[in-house]
This record gives sequence, C-alpha cells and structure tokens, in this order.
Amino acid sequence: MRMEFVAAQDLDEALAAKAQQPEAQLLAGGTDLMVGVNLANHRPSQVIALRRIDELRELTPGRIGSGVTWARLERDVHRGLAEAARTVGSPQIRAAGTIGGNVGTASPAGDGLPWIAAADAFIEVRSQARGTRVVPWREFFIGVKRTSLEPDEIITAVVVPEGVPVAQEFAKVGVRNAMVIATVSCLVMRGGDGFRIALGSVATTPMRATRAEEMLNAESTFTDATLEEVARVVAEEVRPITDHRSTEAYRRYAAGLLARRLVERSLR
Amino acid sequence: MNVTITINGEQRVADVAGFESLLNVLRDDLDLPGTKDACEQGECGSCTVILDGEAVCSCLVMAADAEGSDVTTVEGLSSDGDLHPVQEAMLAAGAVQCGFCTPGIVVAGSHLLETNPHPSELEIREALSGNICRCTGYGAILRAFETLSEEGT
Repeated sequence: MRMEFVAAQDLDEALAAKAQQPEAQLLAGGTDLMVGVNLANHRPSQVIALRRIDELRELTPGRIGSGVTWARLERDVHRGLAEAARTVGSPQIRAAGTIGGNVGTASPAGDGLPWIAAADAFIEVRSQARGTRVVPWREFFIGVKRTSLEPDEIITAVVVPEGVPVAQEFAKVGVRNAMVIATVSCLVMRGGDGFRIALGSVATTPMRATRAEEMLNAESTFTDATLEEVARVVAEEVRPITDHRSTEAYRRYAAGLLARRLVERSLR
Repeated sequence: MNVTITINGEQRVADVAGFESLLNVLRDDLDLPGTKDACEQGECGSCTVILDGEAVCSCLVMAADAEGSDVTTVEGLSSDGDLHPVQEAMLAAGAVQCGFCTPGIVVAGSHLLETNPHPSELEIREALSGNICRCTGYGAILRAFETLSEEGT
C-alpha cells in the first residue's frame, strides 16, 4: 500500500489535512518517527509533514514554536533549556529534532520536558474546528507517551509565562556524554518566588518535586544539612521504575543527588 | 510518488512508496552507496549527509519529505578523482581502519570546517560526537581534524 503524504506549506493546510485524516501521523524532525519505521516496522498510511511551516519555526522569549530545533534552542535565551538542548542526541539529531516533537512524543525521558515543568509553561495546540487551546503542562502530559492532544490537533508552540526565573540549571545522568537517553534529568530554577525543581525519567510524566521546593522555600539559610535534606526529600518523592536503562533505587539516588547539586549551583 | 531532490548539484527523481528513508533511496534507487547504512536509528552517524545546509542522519529523513531539498553526500565532496581535504587529512593521519564510519565522519567533519574553519579540540569532539568509530579509538581522527584546523581549510 502506498502512503499518503502531505507536505504542508502552512499551518492552515496542515490543520485541514489533520481534520480530514485525524489518524495521520505528524512528521517534524523525524528523529522518533523514522526510528519506528526503520526498526519497529511502523508503516504510517498517512503522514503530514510540518517542516515547511514557517509559523511553527517562530521563536521569541515568550513563545517557542513547535518546529524550533534543538540546534536553535542551544543558542537561545532560556539557559536551562539551552543546557538541556545541548544534551539531546548529537549535532545531527539536534539539527533535525524539534521541541514540538519532544512534547508530542511525551517520553518520560524527553530532555526538554523538565524545563517546561519548571517554567510552568503551557502547550499551545490548534485544530481547524476549535481553534487554539493553551494547555497547562500538568494537563497536557498524562502518561508514558500519552498526552491530552486531540486527534485533529497539532502542537503549535510552548508558551512561556512571564516571570520565569533567569537562574536555571540543568543536569542529566546517562551512560555517556553524547547520544544518551536520560536515566534521570533535573532542572532547577531560582527566582523571587523561590526554588523550582523539576525532574525527568523518574515518573510517567515530567514532575515537580513540590515537597522539596516547599521545604527549601521555608528556609532562609542554606547549610550542608539543608542540601542533604533536599536530596533525601527528592529521592523520596520521585516515582521511578526499574527498566532496561536503570533501577528504581539508582534513579532515586541520582535524582536526589542531581537536585542537591543544582540547588547548590544556583546558590553560588 | 515521485520525489525530486537536488543531490550533489544534480536534480534526481526517485519513485518512493512512502515511508522509506532518504538513506535507502540514496543507496538503493540512486546508486549512491557512499552513504553507509548501519544502525538506522540516528545513533552511529555513518549515514550523515548535508540536507539544506545542515548535517543530519539520512536514515531519519523520510525520503518523501526531502522533496525540493538540496542534499550533499560524500560522493559530492570529491571531484574528478581529487579527494576532499578532509579525506586527504584522514589518509595522512591514518584515521581510517575498516572505513565503514569514514564517509559519515568526512561529511560531518567537512560541515564543521565550513561553519568553523578553526575548531578547537573540544569543538571537533563535539561535532563528531554523533559519529561512532569502533576501530580507531578516535585518536587519529582527532589528529586529522586538528591538522586541518591549524591549516584553516
């Protein structure tokens, strides 16, 4: 069977195609989709390609178009997201892969997702029938590779709220430096409203360590004992599993350690 | 469906069923086997090509989505039997053993030097971090690019 392929030239064309064929597979950088095609015998019957759509590639501090690649985010103003972007795959992957793909795939290990959680960002989606919806990240990510995106919708942007702290630190644990899927990742922000700690690969969705945040935000001085307590509380509140990449116990330990280190770094 | 792609300066047309990768089309339909097929998941870099000015893994590009694009493969880097300076430098440094990763490294490395003629050791390592070589241990490859960086090709 031959595949139907739509090379959408603008967003309206893509939305019209998605309205007509809600089962169609969306294609941006191809870094997830083509792995399924090559290795898992995935045979999409309908594909809507998004890379020609200029509107999706727009990038401002308050709005990151879903078609913006990691290569561009590496050099962008959001420091934590830039650090996370730098750890995605390899230069070849970062030149192709997009933040919209990361959001849509919704892997627990998605490198951009802890930043979205820490920033309390929104996912902007659009459909031909109902126009634009702006969804809080907590309502968007609902499970392992599961989102609240409707079949006729396309992710158009990550919307960054006002007042995201400028102090941002990211770290990721994996088996090597390049080409690695996170065993645990962590993003810490520190601003006027206190600390924000977000983690990846330790739950079905990206998550915030709210108990550790509350504990830290009740403190006025930060001693070694405080930092130890951060590590302990984070290790306790994450909800990791044991899989082919790591064990639950190691992920708890590494999550606490990363959070502690990044909080310490943000205090310097 | 027919897909028209400019490859190494020449307009080529391939008939694709749909989902196949640019890598498969280059090798199987367009008689350009220089681009190597190994992991098919973007891990190894042996299928690296330049697509519209960016070094990407051709195994992760859906051929249908390359319609209208400009592609350079390793075959497009040498002309009339003259090797590309990166190929000369890799030969001189003994940076080739089994040779399977070499085309990907030549393409990724030539792209690095085009965008940054004098890369530091760290920049070379970073630019080639998506290219796996299981023979050389990377030392000779690194030396080849350090020589090119000094020469500023």
